[in-house]
Amino acid sequence: MSNNYLDIIRPGINTTFQDKGRDHLYHIGIPFSGAMDNRNYMIANKLVNNNLDSAVIEFAYQGPHIKYSGENINFAVTGDVIFSIKKKDTEIEGKCYESYEIENGDEINIISTNKSVYGYLALGGELDLRFQWNSCSINTKANIGSNDGKKLDVGQRINLKKINSNKDIKKTNYINTKIENIRVIKGTNFKYFSEEGKKIFYEKEFTVSKLSDRMGMRLEGAKIDNIVNTNIKSEGLIKGVIQVPADGNLIIMLSDHGTIGGYPKIGVVASVDYDRLVQMSPGSKIKFKEINLTDAETLFKLYEMETQNLLSQI
Amino acid sequence: MIKNISNLGDAALYCDFGNEVNKSINSQVIKYFKTIKEKKFEGINNLTPSYNKLIISYDLKKTNFKEVKNYVENINPEDSIDINSKKLEIPVCCHENFSMDIKRLEEILKLSREKILENFLNKEYFCYMTGFIAGMPFLGDLDENMRAQRLETPRVKVPKGSVALTEQFANIYSFESPGGWNILGNTPLGIFDSSKEDKPNLINPGDTVIFKEISLDQYKNYNE
Repeated sequence: MSNNYLDIIRPGINTTFQDKGRDHLYHIGIPFSGAMDNRNYMIANKLVNNNLDSAVIEFAYQGPHIKYSGENINFAVTGDVIFSIKKKDTEIEGKCYESYEIENGDEINIISTNKSVYGYLALGGELDLRFQWNSCSINTKANIGSNDGKKLDVGQRINLKKINSNKDIKKTNYINTKIENIRVIKGTNFKYFSEEGKKIFYEKEFTVSKLSDRMGMRLEGAKIDNIVNTNIKSEGLIKGVIQVPADGNLIIMLSDHGTIGGYPKIGVVASVDYDRLVQMSPGSKIKFKEINLTDAETLFKLYEMETQNLLSQI
Repeated sequence: MIKNISNLGDAALYCDFGNEVNKSINSQVIKYFKTIKEKKFEGINNLTPSYNKLIISYDLKKTNFKEVKNYVENINPEDSIDINSKKLEIPVCCHENFSMDIKRLEEILKLSREKILENFLNKEYFCYMTGFIAGMPFLGDLDENMRAQRLETPRVKVPKGSVALTEQFANIYSFESPGGWNILGNTPLGIFDSSKEDKPNLINPGDTVIFKEISLDQYKNYNE
């Protein structure tokens, strides 16, 4: 038995363990999963002196309320998150992008994400989790990963295998930028849509629907008319693909997506904008902007350099 | 052979083998899939073979479209790769407890229940691909007179083990999931097992499947 553990007082809405995800499994029907906002995931780990690919707790909207027992440990929260730290007689407001040392009996209460969706809680150490296909990431639809593939539940206890000896407190001044334009690359079925439909896709604003989760993001707005066929022979999907079913509404594939689909693909979100796309909460407005492959590759390179730069400064 | 390679977004190659769905084109897809999987090209992180397409995803931090395209164009899939790996018998119970869409199928296909089962059972089907949900096999081809469209409104929950039909294909729901296929029966056999990491899928692309009818009693006693 471990002497260092977390008790879940309140699990939050959709709280899971995530890491970098699992690859080479699309052909059997298993998606990548992994932390939705990869940049914030890595920053969280760096702030608590973990390896960048360590497991963290990902939450959406309302996060967990946790009680810690054991020897002192560091933790950090990333994203745009409102949370508090409860010590014996005081409760202080927590700040994202800063690590804190907590002791036996302290509580972390993650109240909510602010105008965003996902936040990350990293603990300076190693959570005792089951790995499947080299990843502890929970896929709740296929019940794969740690915690029997299910989201965290009230009353649960999570053990820590190890606590980092390096307890240096770290801090960074990262600010989550919001973007209105999501850059996209033309999809393989772009020609299936009417001229009017293509115009709508690039010129109109769409609203993120409440029916969005780790599998996909549904958008509401003007309908996009298909003039060829509303079905294609089922074929592979990747994250970021924007599908248009017969009803003309857009669905964007996210990290836990079905691996095969039969709806025409109008576009694919450029990798550079994925982290920010997933943070758009229901009601947010999205406008798509077309870019070509070369620009998408260059922009991603810059984004990646910026990420590495941010991490190296922590 | 691959007719055209284009990009699907900035982190995947879209290899098009044509528009027809048949065993010969699909076998080509599977050959490419197996060859590339074997070779482990640095940066390729996923392969999705389907009826007549192969999607190759890669890590944009490690490689790019041009490199992967160049690599794929210079591949010669070996003919010696064995496509027909296994022949499997799948027990299926078509008792009214399970055959949720039999009435609908009788109406659409204008065939009796007996005739539908006779047409469906004891025939060899080829597994074109697996996916959508983990382990789900897409099997074909059904007889011409057995082809029905999917439900107008998909079910929110299709029971685990459901054997279902759409167009020229049959599939098996490896676990409970939303779905719009016409449900004909249910198999007590586990189709996907995540505890077997090296082979979680019972049925894999290239396999041959034959459905054998079992009674409700046999179904109930199957896993005892």
